[in-house]
Amino acid sequence: MGNKQTIFTDEQLDAYQDCTFFTRKEILRLHGRYHELAPHLVPMDYTNEPDCKVPLSLIVNMPELKENPFRNRIVESFSEGGDGNLSFNEFVDMFSVLSEMAPRELKAIYAFKIYDFNVDNFLCKEDLEKTLNRLTKEELTPEEVELVCDKTIEEADLDGDNKLSFADFENMISRAPDFLSTFHIRI
Amino acid sequence: MSQDSLDSLVTSENDIDIRLDVDDEYEQERQSGRRRKRRRRSGDKKEKKKKHQRRRSSSSARDGREERQTKKRESSKKQREKHFKERTTERNEEEAQTSSVKATKTNKNINNEKTRKTKTAERETEKRNEKKMDKSPKTIERKESEGKNTDKSKERKKHKKVQNSSDEEKTKEESEEDKEEQEELDKEQEEVRSECLSPEELEKLKEAVDERKKLIQSLRVKPWPMKKKLVSLRESQEFVEKYEGALGKGKGRKIYAYKVIMTKKWMKFERDFENFKTTLIPWEMKIKEIESHFGSSVASYFIFLRWMYGINMILFCLTFGLVMVPEALMGRPYGSIPRKTVPRAEEASAMDFAVLWDFGGYAQYSVLFYGFYNNQRAIGWLKFRMPLSYFLVGVGTVAYSYMVVIRTMARNANESGIGDDNSFNFSWKMFTSWDYLIGNTETADNKFASITTSFKEAILEEQESRKDDNIHLTRFLRVLANFLVLCCLAGSGYLIYFVVRRSQKFALDGLENHTWWERNEVNMVMSLLGMFCPMLFDVISTLENYHPRVALQWQLGRIFALFLGNLYTFIIALMDEINLKRKEEMIVKYNITTWENSFNGTVSENSTATPISLHPADVPRGPCWETMVGQEFVRLIISDTMTTYITLLIGDFLRAVLVRFLNHCWCWDLEAGFPSYSEFDVSGNVLGLIFNQGMIWMGAFYAPCLPALNLLRLHISMYLQCWAVMCCNVPQERVFKASGSNNFYMAMLLVILFLSTLPAIYTIVTIPPSFDCGPFSGKNRMFDVIHETLESDFPVWFSKVFSYASNPGLVLPFILLMVLAIYYLQSTSKNYKEANVKLKKKLQMQNEENKKKNKRAALKAQMDLEEARKASSQQKHVSPRRHQDVNEIHCSRQRHYYSKNGRNPAPPVGDRSLRRSAPRTYQHVNPGPPGYLPGLPRQSETRMHRVPSLQRH
Repeated sequence: MGNKQTIFTDEQLDAYQDCTFFTRKEILRLHGRYHELAPHLVPMDYTNEPDCKVPLSLIVNMPELKENPFRNRIVESFSEGGDGNLSFNEFVDMFSVLSEMAPRELKAIYAFKIYDFNVDNFLCKEDLEKTLNRLTKEELTPEEVELVCDKTIEEADLDGDNKLSFADFENMISRAPDFLSTFHIRI
Repeated sequence: MSQDSLDSLVTSENDIDIRLDVDDEYEQERQSGRRRKRRRRSGDKKEKKKKHQRRRSSSSARDGREERQTKKRESSKKQREKHFKERTTERNEEEAQTSSVKATKTNKNINNEKTRKTKTAERETEKRNEKKMDKSPKTIERKESEGKNTDKSKERKKHKKVQNSSDEEKTKEESEEDKEEQEELDKEQEEVRSECLSPEELEKLKEAVDERKKLIQSLRVKPWPMKKKLVSLRESQEFVEKYEGALGKGKGRKIYAYKVIMTKKWMKFERDFENFKTTLIPWEMKIKEIESHFGSSVASYFIFLRWMYGINMILFCLTFGLVMVPEALMGRPYGSIPRKTVPRAEEASAMDFAVLWDFGGYAQYSVLFYGFYNNQRAIGWLKFRMPLSYFLVGVGTVAYSYMVVIRTMARNANESGIGDDNSFNFSWKMFTSWDYLIGNTETADNKFASITTSFKEAILEEQESRKDDNIHLTRFLRVLANFLVLCCLAGSGYLIYFVVRRSQKFALDGLENHTWWERNEVNMVMSLLGMFCPMLFDVISTLENYHPRVALQWQLGRIFALFLGNLYTFIIALMDEINLKRKEEMIVKYNITTWENSFNGTVSENSTATPISLHPADVPRGPCWETMVGQEFVRLIISDTMTTYITLLIGDFLRAVLVRFLNHCWCWDLEAGFPSYSEFDVSGNVLGLIFNQGMIWMGAFYAPCLPALNLLRLHISMYLQCWAVMCCNVPQERVFKASGSNNFYMAMLLVILFLSTLPAIYTIVTIPPSFDCGPFSGKNRMFDVIHETLESDFPVWFSKVFSYASNPGLVLPFILLMVLAIYYLQSTSKNYKEANVKLKKKLQMQNEENKKKNKRAALKAQMDLEEARKASSQQKHVSPRRHQDVNEIHCSRQRHYYSKNGRNPAPPVGDRSLRRSAPRTYQHVNPGPPGYLPGLPRQSETRMHRVPSLQRH
């Protein structure tokens, strides 16, 4: 704990606290985790904001993510280029959104991005099929998948375009009782 | 402008970013385009400000504050527009070297973000640009990006058009522009400040500063990438720093500055305090680790345990600080009076471990139990009102517990919201069933399996092809199961009653000549019943064939009934014992009075007033039923704790060890087969905790040490169970959601709290306290202490008022009023509920209607589109190129307006002709509104702001 100051300046820590839901200690811990992922890539000293990114393959192997069927999507949707390589900023951002304190609205926005596999800003049937197959490890028959996807669209689609826009998604997720309790990762 | 609009701007911009990124993939020129955009995004705010300021330049004097670069005098707005049009046309022709041309043409080219005012001639800028171009391509791009925004977006539009991009893009551009303009407004206010400060301007500035502050505070909920958040944070902070000191003048200024400083300090303090608070939360990492291994349901038990620990901590502080410590410090010391001394008969064995373990001997005659306390009204130099304090702490413990439980329940209810809605069954399963906390392979596999099953079940239900196999058999089995369970309950109740009776007989004989088992029979039987009956219930419940969730609830209900039955039999038996003790007490009291009378008689004869000083240990005394009750509860808690720990060690740890190490030399696979590893039983553990707490509440009045003991127990079980879970349990196969059952547990806790305070209150109110022990000795009833205090410690008028207030004539109407109020509130809440249901129905109807409407509209739009396409194909090669540009601007705007209306009408003809080369798949596929992401639906607001800003210039 003695070398706290050498990782971030106080201003940086304050800025991170303003921008995320984390406390100072948690940010330092996050940096520790981030550093662990790729010790040769990530410097210990962040005071001059070095520009480095950790590749997707390393991040999805974190214990917090490695069992998650949507791990690649999570990381991708938080990376700036969509390629899944995260800078420390994005890394912190990811866990901030997934933290317990983040409000439902914010979580909904990113959940939508995560489930939007083909990044077309709609959850179309293809996205739903992928989601479902990942959730069930492809143990449902194609007919069942088809049925579930159809039912989902039928339930949530308000404007009748046979895919879910963000408005539809938000409307649906805002009433889900479990969304807040399950859509978070503690780190 | 309002914070809202700012937010919406901000969000919309973010959306745009996303969209742009997406679309870029389809673009040919994507590399340069994207880079340009991004660069602009990062620096856009400042540029915008600059630009805007330049526009207003004629009116405002320069102060040249941050100038670092050469400046350029700005030409009039019309001129600029002219330039602008020319440039666009030119660019059409020479697309290849756009960048350099653009740079030359830009009226307000800014090389550096810090440049605020430009005064030099265009030529100079040109030169500089060229230089920079040499330096690096990146700089060029930046310069480009720093060019006039409108130009740029226009140019980009053009690019896109040529590359067949969709018209959506333009909409986005537009909103981006809007946003920029908005930012300009912001900056404008900032600029105004630097010169003269008229009141309105000051007001505006203040608003702007406040807005920034709000932005800083709400930054963390913004869905932006972190880099952007950091940048805007820094900017806002700089802005606030710079201008908030300037607000206010004269006296007001000083006060304002002071206020600002204080708020800053306060915020800093708050943050530090927050940081400090989170470090104080105990076992956070432990729970986190468990959570990642076993999912949220197991972790919910530990969170519940921690919550319980917190409550017990408060209870402990109350009893320890206000009862035990004052008595120990200021009360009479041990051995001074009979109630504080071990009687002569027990003295020999008072220090034996076996006796102490049973809380007899010295433990019994200590602050740990009710009997030790003296009835002296005020003790020590503080004149501490001990009996009153004792009584009030007893009441306060219960009151505090009620308050906390009810408050937590209300909060949970708020969080869970309306959960009975079943309209999104599949969607919720799809999007919220995965528990993101899971980080353990086995748990994950179980979760996958349970999700699959739940989907299959839902599909079955959906198809309504659920075959009911022999309903009569299931019914019969269920009735049978319930009958068996009832038998179990009755049997266990009888067993406890029998055992308690027997133990009373033993107690009369004297405990010494009985074995350990006979002395601890009651507690052991109760603990064993609590251990084995749930297993029996589990076996029985397999008969019933319920859905696992329903089965779990039945199981919980049964265990609850069992515990409750056991507890109440125990209490009833205890009541019997209390009555016995009271009879004994009567006899002792009678003996003492006769003995004292005879003694007094001899004394008076002697007339030398030296009464034979009897050693307090020899004084005859009553049995003190309160201490007995306290002891029983303490023993119960101890034995319960022991059984819990021992079952943990044997049932979990030993089993795990055996399974692991005997597996090598066994004939079947122990790990997968019969014994296997145990699961963590969340519901059973929670129930155990709840009942334990109930016993604390019940016994705390007679044994002030109970909260302390419980604290110790919880502390140990936290570590022990954490360790046991991590080392010898396997994740549950049936994973249930924790959120829904949270309030279920809370409700049980409330019921237990009520049921456990009931007997305590009954004994306090109806049974007179023992005559020679405890703080209330000598009084008729325990609550007389209140009366006494009122009479002697308060002024006369107060007790008078109190006696009037407690007069039935006043109390009855008051109760009536309360009943009426409750009735009224209940009926209104019923009405609200009905209204809620109605509204829900309405909403659903509307949704369906909307769906239909939208479908119709989509069809129509499609047809329109077909027609339009035909028309456009006829019009091919007609419109000249130059015309397109001008047209295109209008069109894109129009389109924007249309799209806001929720439906896409056929685009204007001119536009279509322009875009003939596009594959047109876009509109075809998506006839809906382009409000696909948050923020975009709010664009209308943005638009509103744009209009005035245009008019002004």
